[in-house]
Amino acid sequence: MTGSRYFINILRFTLLVLVQVLVFNRLNFFGFINPMIYILFLYWYPIKENRAVFIGIGFLLGFVIDIFSDTLALHAAATVSIAYLRPTIMRFVFGINYEFQSFKLSNTTRAQQITFLALLIVAHHMIFFTLEIFSLPNLLVILKKVIFTGIGTLILCLLFSSLFSVQKE
Amino acid sequence: MQQIINFILRYKITLLYLLLLTISLAFTVQSHSYHRSRYFNSANWLSGSIYNTMDDVSNYFSLGEINRELLEENRRLRSLLYNTEVKDSIELDTAALNYSLLSARIIKNSYSNQDNYITINKGENQGVEQDMGVITALGILGIVEKTSNNYAAVQSILNTKSNINAKIKGTDNFGSLKWNTKRFDEVQLEDIPRLVKLLVGDTIVTGARSSIFPENVPIGTIKKFDLNTSQSFYNIDVQLFNDMTNLKNVYIINNPNRAEILELENDLDNDR
Repeated sequence: MTGSRYFINILRFTLLVLVQVLVFNRLNFFGFINPMIYILFLYWYPIKENRAVFIGIGFLLGFVIDIFSDTLALHAAATVSIAYLRPTIMRFVFGINYEFQSFKLSNTTRAQQITFLALLIVAHHMIFFTLEIFSLPNLLVILKKVIFTGIGTLILCLLFSSLFSVQKE
Repeated sequence: MQQIINFILRYKITLLYLLLLTISLAFTVQSHSYHRSRYFNSANWLSGSIYNTMDDVSNYFSLGEINRELLEENRRLRSLLYNTEVKDSIELDTAALNYSLLSARIIKNSYSNQDNYITINKGENQGVEQDMGVITALGILGIVEKTSNNYAAVQSILNTKSNINAKIKGTDNFGSLKWNTKRFDEVQLEDIPRLVKLLVGDTIVTGARSSIFPENVPIGTIKKFDLNTSQSFYNIDVQLFNDMTNLKNVYIINNPNRAEILELENDLDNDR
């Protein structure tokens, strides 16, 4: 059981990285929208896991994407931050339910799942584009990129998560 | 002591997060300076070979178009060749050649970020070194920034760190070519004095001051110009000849005299 769980996470990691760098990094929709669907890894990752390991994996995921896209450590900084913030966001979205042992992502409502994913994406994109552009006069550019790329990422992530749904019942 | 250990144990997650965040921020700050990390870029063997495999596959779908472009370039070069007067015998002396060229293929292109890098499929084993110029058949593309054994990362002209000497064709008024990150088909030429007469549509080429590019490599045409805030220099928007979104075959220019030129300029700086 645990073996297959490791396996599925490693497979997910590799596939998401490849899909991100080979397909979505060169999409350039409207000239600048490159959806970051690798955030799905953090959305799907089991909840009752060691937080330190989770943060470490988040950092590694961002770093691999960085190496491929020559944006050294921008993705890593953003991804490690949302990995750290994930429990806070989950508590906010799912309330006290999330503390229970039997809690499962697939048992929650659709609205809750979308809110959770959207919050992850917004936090990630905010940190990413602020670091990338790194100047206050360009605040509008940052906001524009966060909003449009965020919408793109959200739509694609929702499509992907309904395609590869985790619920087997 | 007990309290310190307790503190660390209690906040170990936060501390780990802060540590990793600091590492990534340190990399980010470091990458804003000219010399970037040696190994962590897309020219390393792993990402290089993955991009290369992907490119081998996707290349099949554009073979016809690439052929057409190459044929067009050959036609242009041949018409130049037949229209120059050829003497009876030409002495070929490779030591007298100023520039040597290598051909390469782009395996990863990027143009929507602030700092864009392009990965090409030639590296140290093929003689590519840092600070060689990269051009296409239409115009300049960038400068080699990092090399690995078989791949190289090129700093595109669409990069906030890019700064290339350029001039208006037919004159010797030069300025520096930069990018304001707004559009991927435009770059900006600065420091052209207001005395110079400009027209929309004038051609911009590389200047003679650069030891990386030969003189008169095309860049683009003037799209719009106005005076800067001090009213003494022009800000010029240059429309690029290259379509930066659709690039495949490139040439790498090696200037064997570059080391000598740099040495001379360093001597001048030291004497001052």
